[in-house]
Amino acid sequence: MIQVKVNGVEQSFDGDPGMPLLWYLRDVLGLTGSKFGCGVGLCGACTVHVNGQATRSCVTAMRDAAGKEVTTIEGLENNGLHPVQKAWKQINVPQCGYCQVGQIMQAVALLNSKKRPTDHEIDEAMSGNICRCGTYQRVRAAIKAAAGEMT
Amino acid sequence: MSPIENVSRRRFLTGGIIAAGAVVLGVHYYPKLSSGHRLPHDTNADHATLHPDVYLGIDPDGTVWIVASRSEMGTTSRTTLPLVVADELDADWKRVKIEQALGDSRYGDQNTDGSHSIRSFYDAMREAGATARFMLIQAAAHQWGVPATECETDLHVVVHRSTDRRAGYGELATAAAKLPVPKREELKLKPKSAWRYVGKGQVSYDLEALVSGKAIYGMDARMDGMVYASVEHPPVLGGKVKSYDDKEALKVGGVRQTVPMEPFQQAPGFQPLGGIAVIADNTWAAFQGRKKLNVSWNNGPNETYNSDAYKNELRETSHKPCKVVRNIGDADAVFAKDGKVYEADYYVPLLAHASMEPMVALAEFKDGKATVWAPTQNPQAVQDIVAKELGIAKEDVICHVTLLGGGFGRKSKPDYVAEAAVLSKKMGRPVKVVWTREDDIKFDYYNAVASMYMKAALGTDGKATAWLQRSVFPPIPSIFDVNAVYGDPAHLQQGWTDIPYDLPNLRIENGPAKAHVRIGWLRSVANIYHAFAIQCFTDELAHAAGRDPVDYLLELIGNPRTIDFRGVEYPNYGASMEAYPWETGRLRRVTQMVAEKSGWGKRKHGKGTGVGIAAHRSFLTYVATVVEVEVNDQGEVRIPRVDTVLDAGLVVNPEATRAQFEGAAVFGTSVVRTGEITATKGVINQSNFHDFPVARIGEAPYETKIYIVDSDAPPAGVGEPGVPPFVAAFCNAIFSATGKRVRDLPIAKLGFS
Repeated sequence: MIQVKVNGVEQSFDGDPGMPLLWYLRDVLGLTGSKFGCGVGLCGACTVHVNGQATRSCVTAMRDAAGKEVTTIEGLENNGLHPVQKAWKQINVPQCGYCQVGQIMQAVALLNSKKRPTDHEIDEAMSGNICRCGTYQRVRAAIKAAAGEMT
Repeated sequence: MSPIENVSRRRFLTGGIIAAGAVVLGVHYYPKLSSGHRLPHDTNADHATLHPDVYLGIDPDGTVWIVASRSEMGTTSRTTLPLVVADELDADWKRVKIEQALGDSRYGDQNTDGSHSIRSFYDAMREAGATARFMLIQAAAHQWGVPATECETDLHVVVHRSTDRRAGYGELATAAAKLPVPKREELKLKPKSAWRYVGKGQVSYDLEALVSGKAIYGMDARMDGMVYASVEHPPVLGGKVKSYDDKEALKVGGVRQTVPMEPFQQAPGFQPLGGIAVIADNTWAAFQGRKKLNVSWNNGPNETYNSDAYKNELRETSHKPCKVVRNIGDADAVFAKDGKVYEADYYVPLLAHASMEPMVALAEFKDGKATVWAPTQNPQAVQDIVAKELGIAKEDVICHVTLLGGGFGRKSKPDYVAEAAVLSKKMGRPVKVVWTREDDIKFDYYNAVASMYMKAALGTDGKATAWLQRSVFPPIPSIFDVNAVYGDPAHLQQGWTDIPYDLPNLRIENGPAKAHVRIGWLRSVANIYHAFAIQCFTDELAHAAGRDPVDYLLELIGNPRTIDFRGVEYPNYGASMEAYPWETGRLRRVTQMVAEKSGWGKRKHGKGTGVGIAAHRSFLTYVATVVEVEVNDQGEVRIPRVDTVLDAGLVVNPEATRAQFEGAAVFGTSVVRTGEITATKGVINQSNFHDFPVARIGEAPYETKIYIVDSDAPPAGVGEPGVPPFVAAFCNAIFSATGKRVRDLPIAKLGFS
C-alpha cells in the first residue's frame, strides 16, 4: 500500500507501484488538470510539484511518490488564482490551453526558487515544456509579470 | 412571416429523437434544464424563452445563450463568433453564456478547418443578433405604445429616449417571443460606428478555465462504467494482422481483454486502421498490455516505401514535363534563347501535426445509438463515419465536441473516434480510446512530402522574362481514392496556380505521386511547400540579379491589379472571386509595410546575422514577414525578431489574430528547424518529441511583432496564413546570415541547430 499526500489530502494506493503518478491522478483520483502529452517526460504537459519540485508525473512511478506531497493545478491555490495564473490571464497566454497547466506549474516552481529570473533563466527552466500553439513569447512575458507581482 | 419555431422543437413534438439517457461524469458542458423534456441535441438556446435562431436564446433573467457551432482548438473562434452575435444584439458580454453545439447539420458546415470560421459565419452571426434585437425593440414599442422606429438599444436594454423609458432584454423576452420572427430583409444591421466588440476583440470565454486546469478536453472526458483502450495499429498503412498472441498482455494487472479490429476497406478515408485493441481498467494498464502483445503482420504493398528513394522519384518526376495547370505565353521559347537561366530544386518532407493532446475519444453504444465525446474539428464527419462503422443512421450518432488540445487539421479526420465507437459496440459499455504520442506520430495524416522544380530566365535588367515551376506531391484525395496521384485544384491553388507575379511567360505544372501513407490537411497545407519554393527562389533570383530582395519582390508582383484566372481552375478557397478577388495591390502593401516596420535596409546586421523576407496570400489573407536570425560558428540559429504584416480584411478579434500569427511563426520554426517524418519499409521512423522535435521556448522567435492592416474588405482567414511566408522568410534570412541556401527542409539536416 502506497501512501501519498495529494493537494493536502492523504491517499492510499494499492495498485501497480510502477504506474506513473500522472495516471493515478487522472484515472484514479479524477484530477484531470495535469495532462498527458508524451508519456516519456519530453513535453512537460504533466508537470506537478512533488515536495515542491516541478516533476514530470508521467515518468514518476507511484513507488517513487510514496510518502511525498504532491501538488497539482487543482491544489495550487485555495483562494481564487495563484499570482502566476493571474499573470497568465493578464497576458492572455493560452491558445488551445492544453499545455498551459504544465507551463504554469513549471513557472511557479521557477519563481519559487528565483524571484527575478532573467530571459536566459526563463528559457532554461521552461525548455522542457512544449507549446505547439506557440505561446512562448507570452509565457516569458507572463513569468516576468508574475515576478513583479510576487515580490 | 413564420412563427417562432426551430428544428429541434419540431422534432420534439413529433417525437423523432429520444434521449440516450447517458449519465456523464466530468463532461459538464450541457447543464440540464430543471423542467421539460430535453433531447440530446438541444441547447439551452433552444429552450430559452426567446429563441429566434439556432444560434441564440434569451431568458427572462437576461441571460443570452449563444451557441458555438465551430470547434475550439486555440483560435478563439468559440469566443469570436458569439462576439459578433453579441455586438449586433447590443448584448452585455458579461451576461452571455456560450454553449458548444453538438454535431448537427442544422448549423451548416462544422468542419473547423481551412481558416474560414469567421469568413463563412460572420453574416449568419450578425443576422442572429439583429433578429433578436429587432424583436426586442418591437416588444418594447408595443408595451410603450410608441412606434418601433423611435426605439433603439443600448447595452442589454431597449430605450425610448423622448419618454426616457428603458426595458431590459430579460424583461422583454417573453413578450418578444410572441412576435413573428422578422425576415432577413427587415433586419437593420448596426453601422460600423456603433460596433461594440467587432474590431476590438475579447479574450477567450474559457480563459479562466484554461489557466485553472478546469477546461475539459477530450482527454478529460469520463463516464460511469467506462473502460480504457489502446490500439496496436498495423505498422504499415494497409497492413493486416496475420496472427497474434495476447497471453502475456492478459497477465498485466488491470487488463481485461483484447479485441481484434478490422482493417479499413479500400481507401483509408476516416475508417479505423485496424489492429489489436487492449481493453483495461485504466490508461496505463492498457498501454502496458499493448507492450506485451505479440502480433505478426501482413504488411501489404506499402512495405516498399522508403523516404530516400521516394524523394529521388519525386525529384526525377519534377525534372520531366508534367501536367500543365496554368500557362501564359511561351516560357520554353525564352529558355531556348541565349540568356541567363536559373534552376533550383526545393524539397519539404512529410510533416506531422503533433497537437499536444494526442488522439482520444470516448464513446457509448447503447440501444442502437452511439454517443461520443471527442476533441474533433469535424463533428458531422464523426456522425458519418461512426454511423457507417456501426451500421446505424447518422441521426443516431450524438457527437459532443469537447475543447481540443490543438488540432492543426489532424482532428478533422475522425478515425480515432470511430475506433472508440466500434469498441464500445463490441464491449457493450463505454470505451475511451487513448492514443500514445507514438501512435500520434506514427499514424498521422501527414502533410504531403513535396518536390518543386523552379526555372527562370532573367533579362539583362535582372527581371524574370520566363518562369517554369513544377510541383510533385502525393495528393490529399489519395485517402479517399488510392489511385489519385495528381494535385487537385483545391491544393494546387494554395500558392501555386496563383503565383502573383506579373510575368510575360509562365508555365505551372504538376506531376504524379502515389501515396504510401495517409496524406491530410496540416495548418496551411500545400501553401507551406509552394510558398517555400516560390519565395526562396525569388530571393535567389534577387541575389543573382544583384538586387535588393524587397525591391525585387515588389517588381515581380508588379502593379496593383486583380489576377485574371480565366482558363485556370482556381477555387479561391471556396469564396467568390467578386467578394474576394486576388488583389496584388494588397500583397504589395503588406510587403512595403513589413519592410518599413522591420527597418529593412536601415538596421545594421553584423557577422552571422541576417534578415529575409517573404510575402504570400493564403486563405484569402495577404501576409508579408521579415525574419531576423543570428547564426554562430557552430551553426546554432537564434531568431531574435520577426515582423509580420497581415491584411485579413475585417478583423473581428485583433487580440486573437495577433496570437494566431505569433503562433504561426513558432509552428513555422518547427517546420524549418526539425520538421521531418520519414519511412523505412513503410514504417514511420519517428515516434515522439525526441525524434520529431518541435520548437521549444529558446528555439522559437524571441519576439514576433504583428501589424494588422485596417481594412474594410470582408473577413478572411487568420489561423493558417502566417505559416507559409514565415517558413520562406526564415530560410532567406539564413542565407543572408550565412551565404548557405536552404533548398531542402529541415535545416537540421544541413548542419544547423
